[in-house]
Amino acid sequence: MNGVNVQLPDTSQLIVSSSPHLHDRQNARKIMLTIILTLLPACVVGVYLFGWQAAKVLILTSLACVVLERLFCKWRGSRATTEDGSALLTGLLLGMVLPAASPWWICLLGALLAMGLGKHLYGGLGYNIFNPALVGRAALLIAFPQYMTTWAEPMPGKLFPDAVTTATPLDQISQGATAQATNYWDFFLGNMPGCIGETSALALLAGGAVLVYFRYIRWQMPVSYIGTVALITGIAYLAAPETNATPLFHVLTGGLILGAVYMATDPVTSPMSIKGVWIGGAVCGIITAAIRLGGNYPEGVNFSILFMNALVPLIDRYTPNKPFGHADKPRTEKGQK
Amino acid sequence: MPEIYHFKGGIHPPEHKATTAGLPLQTAPLQESYMVPLIQHIGAEPSVVVKKKDRVCKGQLLAEAGGFVSSPIHAPTSGTVKNIGECRSPSGKTTAAIEITSDGEDEFDSGLTPIDNWQEHDAKELIDRISSAGIVGMGGAAFPTHVKLSPPPSKTIDTLIINGAECEPCLTADHRLMLEEREKIIAGARLLGHILGVDPEKGIYLAIEDNKPDAMEQMEEVIASREINLAQVPTNYPQGAEKQLIYALTGRQVPSGGLPMDVGCVVQNVATARAVAEAVTEGMPLLERPLTITGTPMMRAGNWRHRIGTTLETVIRLAGGIKQQPAKLIIGGPMMGIAVSSLDIPIVKGTSGIVLQSREEVSQFTSGPCISCGRCVDNCPMRIMPGSLSKYIENERFDLAEQWNVMDCIECGCCAYVCPTSRPLVQHFKRAKTEITARRKAAAAKKEETGDSDNK
Repeated sequence: MNGVNVQLPDTSQLIVSSSPHLHDRQNARKIMLTIILTLLPACVVGVYLFGWQAAKVLILTSLACVVLERLFCKWRGSRATTEDGSALLTGLLLGMVLPAASPWWICLLGALLAMGLGKHLYGGLGYNIFNPALVGRAALLIAFPQYMTTWAEPMPGKLFPDAVTTATPLDQISQGATAQATNYWDFFLGNMPGCIGETSALALLAGGAVLVYFRYIRWQMPVSYIGTVALITGIAYLAAPETNATPLFHVLTGGLILGAVYMATDPVTSPMSIKGVWIGGAVCGIITAAIRLGGNYPEGVNFSILFMNALVPLIDRYTPNKPFGHADKPRTEKGQK
Repeated sequence: MPEIYHFKGGIHPPEHKATTAGLPLQTAPLQESYMVPLIQHIGAEPSVVVKKKDRVCKGQLLAEAGGFVSSPIHAPTSGTVKNIGECRSPSGKTTAAIEITSDGEDEFDSGLTPIDNWQEHDAKELIDRISSAGIVGMGGAAFPTHVKLSPPPSKTIDTLIINGAECEPCLTADHRLMLEEREKIIAGARLLGHILGVDPEKGIYLAIEDNKPDAMEQMEEVIASREINLAQVPTNYPQGAEKQLIYALTGRQVPSGGLPMDVGCVVQNVATARAVAEAVTEGMPLLERPLTITGTPMMRAGNWRHRIGTTLETVIRLAGGIKQQPAKLIIGGPMMGIAVSSLDIPIVKGTSGIVLQSREEVSQFTSGPCISCGRCVDNCPMRIMPGSLSKYIENERFDLAEQWNVMDCIECGCCAYVCPTSRPLVQHFKRAKTEITARRKAAAAKKEETGDSDNK
């Protein structure tokens, strides 16, 4: 054969590493950026409804979170993780759960709380216990309730809407109004007062469908969460239809869909196994329904997800997959060979 | 067709098999010298029975088994023993090896007489033959075959699975073997069934992944008489892993820490079955094996029969060399193979392929923190929790890793394949398994020591 001119590998250039030598080329950056893209329709709806101030809030929180991520990473002396898109996602989500009329300093303070208290205090990406955006929002809600519960009247298509305040559907229910004149179609499309990014069920569900298709989120979480809310509010409605809203009302209003699709599914702060996800979703659903039906706050999505986050280590401990070849116990007893 | 059970988890990596699946096995020309490592199997080191400058025939014993769980090695061709020294092993260290210089005659004398009417021989005799022919599992693990065929009397074997799944991407040598040497594979299967006392119609299966319909068809033709059962298993990596394959065909789960024989099964690779047939009916020791040489940097990818002891350099040279500098040279498949950085490593009994990867194909990333996304959890075929385990091991909590079943890991690589932050999960688990095994040994030794002192 042509033994003379055969070229052989230069062994000094060979890379040695542990198997496997293939990767599916998915990475955190790709996942985060896809999630951000799927959020944009809901953001567009928010800006369409609430005008330029909504855009201002979204841009402020997003930029602030990215800048803060860089600063915190530098301060902690760790590799900058801004390029993975997680800070941008946190910023965008934070903006989406703020009222459109939030002043600039609320936005910046929220970003600081989210990135500092919610994320980097624990060691940054992967180590935080609570969803950073929701930590930011919860802290703002407790500290500045007046700003966090002032809702602008949606004025579709008006770039500079008049400053007319109103109450969200859940506020009205919580204040004793009964939901007779509900227009579910408006709710589904998003034409109602609320946080910037939470109003349009259509946009959020479409985004969620894309994420489920790519397997970036587990469908079990939103199904479990929303299903539990629907179940409990459904029972409440059947028990007292004159004072309680319908389950469909509860599903479509407030931040439930945004929370169930985009917040409770945050990989870092949600359970690891599918069994755990079902339980985590149910925990969120029970607490959301409990707060909405009986609590002081009209809305319970924010606190319920944070509560679930706190339970994740416990849920993970008790819901591992049953390992192959183990007849009963998923965990080897100590000292067993 | 038996009912197929689907194991949970698994992945579908790009197969990259089309390049070589259609290329017949080529027999490599005789080389001037061969470097035959002593240890090519799991078990004790064999002891050398030849001296330097001895003349040997092809198939002659070079080193005899160093115990029951061990396997002898034989001369790949006739010639002289040039040296009894060392050669490089895939791990980068050196290992004891015998170098044979060929005399070009390729004169065969293994001293093993062919057994034609094996049906009339008892199992013991046939197992001895398989043992002295140096047959080990050729799927990659290289566990001595005669050990697998000698279950303790307390274990009843009712199922023999001939593994033609070949689930590793890039590799097609088993596929070719099934197309080209189906008679020998089936003869080997029946022979193994005879040894184990398995009813062929009820208990012998030949399992082929459904991405090889041509092999399935070919086999169907010769198995028409229903001597053994064909089983088409779904393409889902790691379908060919022993535990997953047993589950697929029988629904039985090999217990944690146990062996296939614990659930009445023995699994043998198709190349092993073929080698068994040759050892018995031709008196042929295991001297050569089929393997795939592939990857984009290769000039001519293909399937080859190489003799044991052929160096990687020769293997690559015979395939026309490279057309671009590879970034990785992998012995075995891309999912479980070992990346090496030397060309003087010889082909051994367990080498199923050589895969070269170009710079662009190499998945080398900086690893990040675990974001607990659970993709590894969903894809782990052993249903352990790779993400959490990797965190325990990073913190050197080997006790927790053991408690959470790291010892069940089969190192298939599904977790690392899907990890979005490119964590070196398999590397963590290999480390933990080594560490835990060492600790168990130390603990057992200590127990023995204190036990002895108690007796005094």
